Amino acid sequence: MNENADICNHCRNMIREKAKGMKMSRHISTGPSSFIPENEIIGAMPLSDSTVMFIDEEYSGRVDNLTQVMGLHPHYLQAFLRCHYYLLRMDGPLPLHYRHYIAIMAAARHQCSTLVCQHVQEFEQIGVCSDWLRGLEFCPQRLRNLNEINKILAHRPWLITKQHIQALVKTGEHSWSLAELVHAVVLLAHFHALASFVFGSGVNPDPEVTEVNGVTGDLCPPAMAGLCTCHLTNGNQANGNPLRNPNTGSELEALMERMKRLLEEREDDDASEEEMFTRFEKEKKESLLVVSAGFVEEVVPPSPVARFVDDPSFGYQDFARHGEDNPPTFKAQDYSWEDHGFSLVNRLYSDIGHLLDEKFRTACDLTYYNMASHEGVDTSMLRRALFNYVHCMYGIRYDDYDYGEVNQLLERSLKVYIKTVTCYPERTTRRMYDSYWHQFRHSEKVHVNLLLMEARMQAELLYALRAITHYMT
Amino acid sequence: MEKMTKVSAISGRTMFCHLDAPANAISVCRDATQVVVAGRNIFKIYGLEEDGFVERLNLRVGRKPSLNFSCADVMWHQMEENLLATAATNGAVVTWNLARPCRNKQEQLFTEHKRTVNKVCFHPTEVNMLLSGSQDGFMKCFDLRKKESVSTFSGQSESVRDVQFSMKDYFTFAASFENGNVQLWDIRRPDRYERMFTAHTGPVFCCDWHPEDRGWLATGGRDKMVKVWDMSTNRVKEIYCVQTIASVARVKWRPERRYHLATCSMMVDHNIYVWDVRRPFIPFATFEEHKDVTTGIVWRHQHDPYFLLSGSKDSTLYQHMFKDASRPVDRANPEGLCFGLFGDLAFAAKESLMTAPPSVGDVGRKTYPGGDRRYPIFFFKKPDVTAQFAQVSSALSVFESEAGSSVGMDWFINTAQSYLLSGKPFAELCEHNAQVAKKLNRLQESTTWTMLRIMFSEPANPSLSTNHNLNKSGNLPLVNSFSMKEMSAALNERNKENRQDNIHSLETNLNNNDENEETEGSEGQAEYLFGDAELDDDDLYSMEHDNQAAEEPEYLLPQEAFPLRHEIMDHPSAPEPVQEKPESPHVSGSEAESTCLTPMESISLISVSQLLFSPHLPPKFFCPIVKEMLCYYAEQGDVQMAVSVLIVLGDRIRKEIDELTQEHWYMSYIDLLQRFELWNVSNEVIKLSTCGAIMCLNQASTTLHINCSNCKRPMSNKGWICDRCHQCASVCAVCHHVVKGLFVWCQGCSHGGHLEHVMEWLKQSKHCPAGCGHLCEYT
Repeated sequence: MNENADICNHCRNMIREKAKGMKMSRHISTGPSSFIPENEIIGAMPLSDSTVMFIDEEYSGRVDNLTQVMGLHPHYLQAFLRCHYYLLRMDGPLPLHYRHYIAIMAAARHQCSTLVCQHVQEFEQIGVCSDWLRGLEFCPQRLRNLNEINKILAHRPWLITKQHIQALVKTGEHSWSLAELVHAVVLLAHFHALASFVFGSGVNPDPEVTEVNGVTGDLCPPAMAGLCTCHLTNGNQANGNPLRNPNTGSELEALMERMKRLLEEREDDDASEEEMFTRFEKEKKESLLVVSAGFVEEVVPPSPVARFVDDPSFGYQDFARHGEDNPPTFKAQDYSWEDHGFSLVNRLYSDIGHLLDEKFRTACDLTYYNMASHEGVDTSMLRRALFNYVHCMYGIRYDDYDYGEVNQLLERSLKVYIKTVTCYPERTTRRMYDSYWHQFRHSEKVHVNLLLMEARMQAELLYALRAITHYMT
Repeated sequence: MEKMTKVSAISGRTMFCHLDAPANAISVCRDATQVVVAGRNIFKIYGLEEDGFVERLNLRVGRKPSLNFSCADVMWHQMEENLLATAATNGAVVTWNLARPCRNKQEQLFTEHKRTVNKVCFHPTEVNMLLSGSQDGFMKCFDLRKKESVSTFSGQSESVRDVQFSMKDYFTFAASFENGNVQLWDIRRPDRYERMFTAHTGPVFCCDWHPEDRGWLATGGRDKMVKVWDMSTNRVKEIYCVQTIASVARVKWRPERRYHLATCSMMVDHNIYVWDVRRPFIPFATFEEHKDVTTGIVWRHQHDPYFLLSGSKDSTLYQHMFKDASRPVDRANPEGLCFGLFGDLAFAAKESLMTAPPSVGDVGRKTYPGGDRRYPIFFFKKPDVTAQFAQVSSALSVFESEAGSSVGMDWFINTAQSYLLSGKPFAELCEHNAQVAKKLNRLQESTTWTMLRIMFSEPANPSLSTNHNLNKSGNLPLVNSFSMKEMSAALNERNKENRQDNIHSLETNLNNNDENEETEGSEGQAEYLFGDAELDDDDLYSMEHDNQAAEEPEYLLPQEAFPLRHEIMDHPSAPEPVQEKPESPHVSGSEAESTCLTPMESISLISVSQLLFSPHLPPKFFCPIVKEMLCYYAEQGDVQMAVSVLIVLGDRIRKEIDELTQEHWYMSYIDLLQRFELWNVSNEVIKLSTCGAIMCLNQASTTLHINCSNCKRPMSNKGWICDRCHQCASVCAVCHHVVKGLFVWCQGCSHGGHLEHVMEWLKQSKHCPAGCGHLCEYT
């Protein structure tokens, strides 16, 4: 992995050198994603008419890479686009350029240059306050005040308290109204999660995006595409061996066998409460150990995106750390999205609740009843395990879930992937992507990514909204 | 009556006790002497004493409390007083028997549900029947004599949020679902529901059968509604609907009061409301004691409407006395004032105010006979003798400004002639045109001009950009002509008028407004609206002078036959001042209360809604809306307005509208002008237009062919001398000088000269000034 980092910097330098001398070809890796072969994505785009119409209307027919990758799941894409569009373009408490700037701030937290560039462009198109793009110190204090919750939400959402909310809302020159704050929080969570998806499925930067000038020019230099080169290099290294790994043939069968067994066991599993509790704790603790080996606490390399990041050293820390006073577990039954989060968010920023609700629901209920080559499989158990595992890492516990299932269903390499994608997505590599579920289709892995993204977004939102609720009462 | 005597044994007062942890649900035992509180970390029984709660029993025992104690719901059996059931968040259904001799009262444990159990419900008459509804979408019916469920009902849809046995039908129960549906089941038929209907958008959190009416079911949902359904008919019918301000977590019918129900909300709002379903706009009573959301409500006794118990996330358990409830209707504001777009004014006030002091009132009435100016809007509600509601009757008057009296197109000509389209600074042009429109009684146009002036005035003008900041220091800047002084003068004048109108509260409130304006910074923004109002003044006056309207209450609700209730002794002596939030600059009149001529209990408040945009916006911001307005005018057929605005705004708006449309408007307007023979205006418009196609109208057919007056040959040259006969061609017949300006000549003898000279001449003589003897005519 250290090698990777080296290569990373290496490519970057190389490309930077090149960029000085000549204009280099931008299509370093072709297709929308560097993880997924192009033909898989292009082939699978039977979008529903309404989605196509929506894209035509709102995005003037241009389908960016992100949309193409998500297009593997057209049903979800529709819910996603609607929500995304509503957040950024429709009536809302925040002015348009604020929204894009917040998107930039959120994406920059994960050094997701793809999203940053995209929104820097959109920001420029609005045509006001373009000097904000020179960095955080050029934007109004009011926006800078968001930095604190931005970094907390991005990396350790459980730390957010009503004091943070109070500091933002308390009357003063740079105060936020609750409605604006909710809008901002939803935007932040949305783009943090989206960054996870972008890295998790290796979405390539859009070629058009890089053809820019002015402020955007130095923000999104071709060198940014260097990221993909690394992935490519990784890919080349890793390519070939996983699929031909001899002992993976039975992997899928084993997983299905475990699912079946679990279903049967459920009937007569009378695990005591203490046991359930310990299982959750165990899973939580174990998630600590699931660290992508070899990653030293790296210093963030200075990148053009860094200008939108405040306190870059603040990164993910495990929810449950050894030998420390851990924050109390978040009981999902006490503050759930359906009952509480929805009402609050919808009250302060009308209609967004329905759109988010729809998006979460679609993501959670999405299934094609097959696993790899097997058809007619009920995957709900697996989906729930993925969703709850993400929440578990964020310290959110469901009383009615047996966390032993997670252990049975999710293999270690998958856990590594999940943890990386949700907690520090910028470290995701193609090798991680390739190392789990060898026989599964790419679209299924994108499905996993969607679940991770939504679970992460919901976790962040729950923490943030709970803090707001506490502030209000 | 027998019931009532039994009930009267219960007594108590509003009281509360602290719990150790937030409560999720509460339930009372049948004889109303004990209450059980359940939550994630609490499970206790309290006794209800005369003057407080007394903890009787803690059911949460054991070294390490298991998740089975983490209750989402609890119910006390209504037949068997030792029997309780709880729903646990981990999916367990537990029954408890208080008669067990040991400390652990747990009797049975059912772990059949896979997800959280949201609700348990005992059968109202059958001792051993228990029903549960869970997040996993199943409902299960348990026979407490058996170890397992006797039947399982699958809703075939999402999570079950509530299950309730019908009070009257032995076999029926209702279940509400997260997807908005409500299903009715027969307990004997687990294979299929009897009926299903969609009750709400989003989850239905709760439902409750009416204790007396067989077919009535109340449901509450996340969509903030409480609905009452009539199930007795073939098609389920919604008969009442109450809109609350937050998602509804619980709903409970009030005993002995057929139309009353209590609700509490899941989020944000902590109060408990009791509604009369027939009066859905304002709660009948509210209990405001809790500091966090109320999670459980229950009427203490099933035949006593005066005691309500509630548990809350703020870790308190309350007993509310109905007589201590606050009655929002007493504090509701019965007055309203609103200006219409076209300068109309609507005013509603308590009827007593409109009629009360006879001395002034009579004067008012006498001075305004005839009803042609009043446009009363009625709604009349038959008073229901059983309704305990305070009847409030308000009178609503609408003053309409005179509609454009001039029939025909006079206004068009007048406007065309009086509008100034160029030659002055932008603001003055707008101002002038606004005045013109106002004089012609075209208020909308007038307002439009004023708005345009405000929108597009230069930032250097203090009215826009600095307004906001200056307000903070208490110094109100002048907004062009609408200074605050002028405004208050106008208001005061109006007040005089109003006094005759006998509208006391309005007067005092406006006065109050005058007094406040030095201190309340937020009011600056309201001035635009008052600016509009000022425009209407003339109309108000003229209306009142020439066409006098009667000012009597148009709308009366008969008072009830019996006196209004007097339960509440502690009326709020002083009305609560309405809080002014910094972002909503209401012109609040609440402090004027004491100076009100008629003493009232309620707050009288006149609010002027705030301006929707901040004064910092660049003029560009308004372009879309101005564009829309222009199109509106053009579509209305008032192309005059469209073109005039277009010209006056010039570059500010031109780019926003496509050339073709502009050209079309210009052409139509010019055509109209020419039909009315307004040549000069038409020419000016052509000159000021920026469309190529319009401009060249002035270039067409501008050549004039003339013949030399001496040799009668065509003059081909430019200049004044004919190149054939070398004489000056156009010599004035009066002064014998060459005419270089307006030339007039007689078509009979072709002599002529300077216009003024010829005019002058022909006043004195009928003959041609050249002496040819022709009798020239000048028309």
